[in-house]
Amino acid sequence: MTKRVYVDNSATTPMHPQVLEEMLPYFTERFGNPSSIHSFGREAKQAMDRARDRVAKSLGAGSDEIYFTGSGTEADNWALKGTAYANRDGGNHIITSKVEHHAVLHTCQYLERYGFDVTYLDVDEYGMVNPEDLKKAIKDSTILISIMFANNEIGTIQQVEEIGKIAKGKGIYFHTDAVQAMGNTAIDVERQNIDLLSISAHKIRGPKGVGALYIKKGVKIDNLIHGGAQERKKRSGTENIASVVGLGRAAQLASDNIEGHVRKMTLLRDRLIDGIRERIEHVRLNGHPTQRLPNNINFSFDFIEGEALLLSLDMVGIAASSGSACTSGSLDPSHVLLATGLCHETAHGSLRISLGDINTEEDIDYILEQLPPIVERLRKLSPLFKQCEGGKVHV
Amino acid sequence: MYNETVMEHFTNPRNVGEIEGADGIGEVGSPQCGDIMKIYLKIEDNIIKDIRFKTFGCASAIASSSVMTEMVKGKTVEEALKLTNKDVVEKLGGLPAPKIHCSVLAEDAIRKAVEDYRQKQKVKNRG
Repeated sequence: MTKRVYVDNSATTPMHPQVLEEMLPYFTERFGNPSSIHSFGREAKQAMDRARDRVAKSLGAGSDEIYFTGSGTEADNWALKGTAYANRDGGNHIITSKVEHHAVLHTCQYLERYGFDVTYLDVDEYGMVNPEDLKKAIKDSTILISIMFANNEIGTIQQVEEIGKIAKGKGIYFHTDAVQAMGNTAIDVERQNIDLLSISAHKIRGPKGVGALYIKKGVKIDNLIHGGAQERKKRSGTENIASVVGLGRAAQLASDNIEGHVRKMTLLRDRLIDGIRERIEHVRLNGHPTQRLPNNINFSFDFIEGEALLLSLDMVGIAASSGSACTSGSLDPSHVLLATGLCHETAHGSLRISLGDINTEEDIDYILEQLPPIVERLRKLSPLFKQCEGGKVHV
Repeated sequence: MYNETVMEHFTNPRNVGEIEGADGIGEVGSPQCGDIMKIYLKIEDNIIKDIRFKTFGCASAIASSSVMTEMVKGKTVEEALKLTNKDVVEKLGGLPAPKIHCSVLAEDAIRKAVEDYRQKQKVKNRG
């Protein structure tokens, strides 16, 4: 069988065996409904409480500020719609950025249809929001600032603390999507002045289908899901106990092991970045050179298209992703890469490699061995390559 | 996602390259869309003696180019003009719906190359 190397950890991660082990009893013998008062219910309630404590601790939050959701996307939707509608009397202006995840961007577009005014901040060539631009964008009617902690495609880590300070100084709520940041960079909602923060379990070796929203005590927010008063009357629906238990354990593991994880990821990442630059010409590292997730590598390879690259890598067992339109199901390449000023054809030729705990130095060396001949083959097929070699400016 | 025929053409594309002093050249697509197809024709006695292509694009664009060159090689110019994107899709054993435009590109490319050939012929005859 061909060697298989999974380097798409920003898409999802394999569940940690300790997470699975802790979840299993909650599918079978400990099946109680935490709303029930009998011993079965109390057992489930205790498991929920423990998971909540663990998530809270990993974020520097209070346990009563953690609300479980069905995904990171739901947490983003809730944060935006919930605060927008609940604070409408204070204004209708929301500030976000052009590089947000679609869970935030599409929610903002939805809110625009209902009378909200949204400013989408530009980013620099590295995908970074300039806090000065944020200051200038604030109006009397601004009620919410939503800027992601770290970007899912190019790994750029925003100046969250600075943004939080600005928001706090103006008395505006600050939400951040920390789905990719969690476990890969230190999060402390208190120190970073964060009012709302979204996380997802499956990005940190937990199960899929569960996330959480941190809501700072006192934040005015409407419910997104109405019903039976679960989650302290804020998010209804019978709790997904096993998954919540999994999220709790995954969050605990992620924050307990963060130093070792970051050290290992950084070493592997830099080995790969340096190796690609040494071996392949006409490449560009997308994202910030230093302020980036320790597990994110994003390169554009001139003259070739990302989907062809991904398929070729897949044929030799390497699983990665791309910002190419062909992989997104739309006609346009990644909005993130375009926002950093990349032209369309360069954005089409992007490759994201996202590392995880399971990756090794051998994996990196295998990629470095397989990638150059693939790029070379596709370039030989490309009409754009020769035009460049001939000294002409390529289209 | 892709069937074996598409993957086979993507992995071992036929007729890759360029023809120096080609009798007709056709370039279609745009880098904005992530697809550019460029084909070269060598025509003798109204027959496509040789055809080469270079494509910037996804696997289905490369496979569509490859299979199209196979289909028109050895055919007369008129026969080549009859080729439709449907023929290309059929020969590939199907393409996913969002990739049908790749086969259209292949049809457009051969038409454009033949047009270029005829244009060049006119100039030649006049000269």
